Amino acid sequence: MGELRLMKGNEVIAEAAIRCGCDGYFGYPITPQSEVMESLMAQRPWETTGMVVLQAESEIASIHMVYGAAGCGKRVMTSSSSPGISLMAEGISYIAGSELPCVIVNVQRGGPGLGTIQPSQADYYQATKGGGHGDYSLLVLAPASVQEMHDFVALGFDLAYKYRNPVMILADGVIGQMMEKVELMDQRPRWTDEQVKEITGSWATLGKTKDRSKHVITSLEMDSHIMEENNLRLQAKYNKMKQEDVRYETILCEDAEYVLVAFGSAARICQKTVQLAREKGHKVGLLRPITLFPFPEKPIEELASRIKGFMTVEFNAGQMVHDVKLVVNGKTKVEYFGRMGGILPSPDEVEQALLQKLIGG
Amino acid sequence: MTEEIIIAGFGGQGVLSMGKILAYSGVMQDQEVAWFPSYGPEMRGGTANVTVILSDDRISSPVLHEFDTAIILNQQSMTKFEKMVKTGGTLLYDPNGVVKHPTRTDINIYRVEGARLAVEMGNPLTFNMIVLGAFLKAKPVIKVENVKKGLEKSLPERHHRLIPLNLKAIEVGQANLEVVQTV
Amino acid sequence: MAEVAERLKDIIKPENLIYGKSPVLNNVTMHYCPGCSHGVVHKLIAEVIDELGIQDKTIGVSPVGCAVFAYNYIDIDWSEAAHGRAPAVATGIKRIMPEKTVFTYQGDGDLAAIGTAETMHAINRGENIVMIFINNAIYGMTGGQMAPTTLLGQVTSTTPYGRNVDLNGYPLKITELIAQLPGAAYVTRQSVHTAAAVRKARKAIRKAFELSQQNIGTCFVEVVSTCNSGWKMNPVESNDWMVKHMFPLFPLGDLKDGGKDKTDGFNLQPQ
Repeated sequence: MGELRLMKGNEVIAEAAIRCGCDGYFGYPITPQSEVMESLMAQRPWETTGMVVLQAESEIASIHMVYGAAGCGKRVMTSSSSPGISLMAEGISYIAGSELPCVIVNVQRGGPGLGTIQPSQADYYQATKGGGHGDYSLLVLAPASVQEMHDFVALGFDLAYKYRNPVMILADGVIGQMMEKVELMDQRPRWTDEQVKEITGSWATLGKTKDRSKHVITSLEMDSHIMEENNLRLQAKYNKMKQEDVRYETILCEDAEYVLVAFGSAARICQKTVQLAREKGHKVGLLRPITLFPFPEKPIEELASRIKGFMTVEFNAGQMVHDVKLVVNGKTKVEYFGRMGGILPSPDEVEQALLQKLIGG
Repeated sequence: MTEEIIIAGFGGQGVLSMGKILAYSGVMQDQEVAWFPSYGPEMRGGTANVTVILSDDRISSPVLHEFDTAIILNQQSMTKFEKMVKTGGTLLYDPNGVVKHPTRTDINIYRVEGARLAVEMGNPLTFNMIVLGAFLKAKPVIKVENVKKGLEKSLPERHHRLIPLNLKAIEVGQANLEVVQTV
Repeated sequence: MAEVAERLKDIIKPENLIYGKSPVLNNVTMHYCPGCSHGVVHKLIAEVIDELGIQDKTIGVSPVGCAVFAYNYIDIDWSEAAHGRAPAVATGIKRIMPEKTVFTYQGDGDLAAIGTAETMHAINRGENIVMIFINNAIYGMTGGQMAPTTLLGQVTSTTPYGRNVDLNGYPLKITELIAQLPGAAYVTRQSVHTAAAVRKARKAIRKAFELSQQNIGTCFVEVVSTCNSGWKMNPVESNDWMVKHMFPLFPLGDLKDGGKDKTDGFNLQPQ
């Protein structure tokens, strides 16, 4: 059993980064996630594990520092909140195009524009449909607890290196600001130079030695035929993610007639709604996508053929609902309920919506 | 067992840290805990509130529409949260700063003169620990020894000399709980 | 004829070699226009890397602009940055691998327009990198549009009636600004339009790479350059035009030397 602590979601990102042997963090302050860099700076990991922590002049600079450092085969990350992620969109596209591994944390707040600093899930489209220019996908993990905030940092790096692709941890202000009991992993050493060379030596910019040709980190290709090949290679990678790394959780779906679909802190609220509805005799279950890309299509497809309806619950205007509808393809009803602007629906509010839109209707 | 608590008052009354100590004490007795504050501009000088959940099972929603216990430390919070206590639940408040006293008849109501007692102890900063003591007397969901462990774990080493004072404040709170009504 | 060939054989011997292409420069044809300064500066960088024996520890960061393909010409590891972001990319590389020599190679649009923030902040942090700045007062790659360093009255495709101060503002003397930054270790302005200028530029580039081994702040070398295609002149006219019109605004010489500023006297001690 690892060390138990009571920690905020944001603080635990920092702790997990250090403990999993992360090599570097580059970031810029923005509410509601500034505790990530504050915790790192307070801990001074450069004196212990050798991890680099740098406050950049902007989110734009942060993500390009990540680009440079990730190109060296090092395990690096950044974190921000919605408006900052928009600024990073350029760099994220380059990182995806250059096939570099890294972890990006988005502790979402409400938008559009400057919006609000209160929690939101309105960046679902941005996270799962690319966000920047060009055909690319991030592997998106949606933590629903402080423990998952912790676990997904190490998992994120594993997946980022498995696919040489950026991984986004799509959290929200609730998970970022909430404190929960968390079991911390034991300190793992950072990769040694030999390990970095072994794992990334075929592509990273480690310095050109006589025994190999030069390595170039780039997304540029002027030959259209080769560029199309590059695009096809990326798509094959995303398909592999769909085959091998879909993650989700189901709660009381076995006998369910109605299933709520929600991720992150919305799923926590729905867990309570399931309990309230069951107390009243309604057979309600919850499906919680843990990976938003790749999306858990199979379990939804299976449920679609036997339940009376789905309702997505989202802190946005209805984004994930479209992915559910695509999978369900008319086989059963798909409804949406959500709140915006930083308002969090309460469990009974979700229950009432469920009664109105599905059970009672 | 699951105990869902709202602690609400002004910023500066120690609402968040009281919730944190409560949550840490829960960790010390192997419970699942969640601590979810309101945050943002409304924190700056205005009202502050925090939801604390202690449970033997996995905790679901940190966002709640009703509570087992409301600990209320100003009038705005009384107006907002009195109606959100579950039937048969518990409301603990400090009458200092409250103009409209609670009127519900279907809940347990307790009072503690936290602000006055803290001044009498000679340290206004003991206020939140006095209130915590009163709560633990009304609802002993946490053992005081686990509060001590929680304080040791959550306070930085240089503040450990304050632990005896905090424990004393908890005792004062326990001794000064007033029962308004029980159901 | 046979006699000439016999005599050449006598001359072409290793001991008679007075000049050769640097082995760090790849055997490929550059895409640059004849008369462009880029090729010369590439050659100088390759020679310096070779001389200092740092090919295996040098990482280059190429820009967006004509030099986007710099990685095809100099035989080292490269990271190709997004437009203007080279100083941030270089920061990431140098911070994560401090033992490496890291340099950016940027044009005026990249360094002094879209990447101004990254440029100023990387240097202000005193990042231990080398920055090579090619200032040719025009956007070459996109077809000759106005650059931040375009001269007043200069005709480009987006200032077809000449750069107008009311419409377009002033040419940006960014190197003068950079020389004010405490994190800058060495700031110099060079050119490569004559053999003598090339020798001086080579010395400056070598000095920048040498100083960067000492980690004493950012070393910055501007090369006032020609873009005869963009300027719509032949190479000789371009050199004359540069001397006549650019040098008065961008005078050659060192602007700062001696390492980044000391912090004595204005460094609060944290409690």
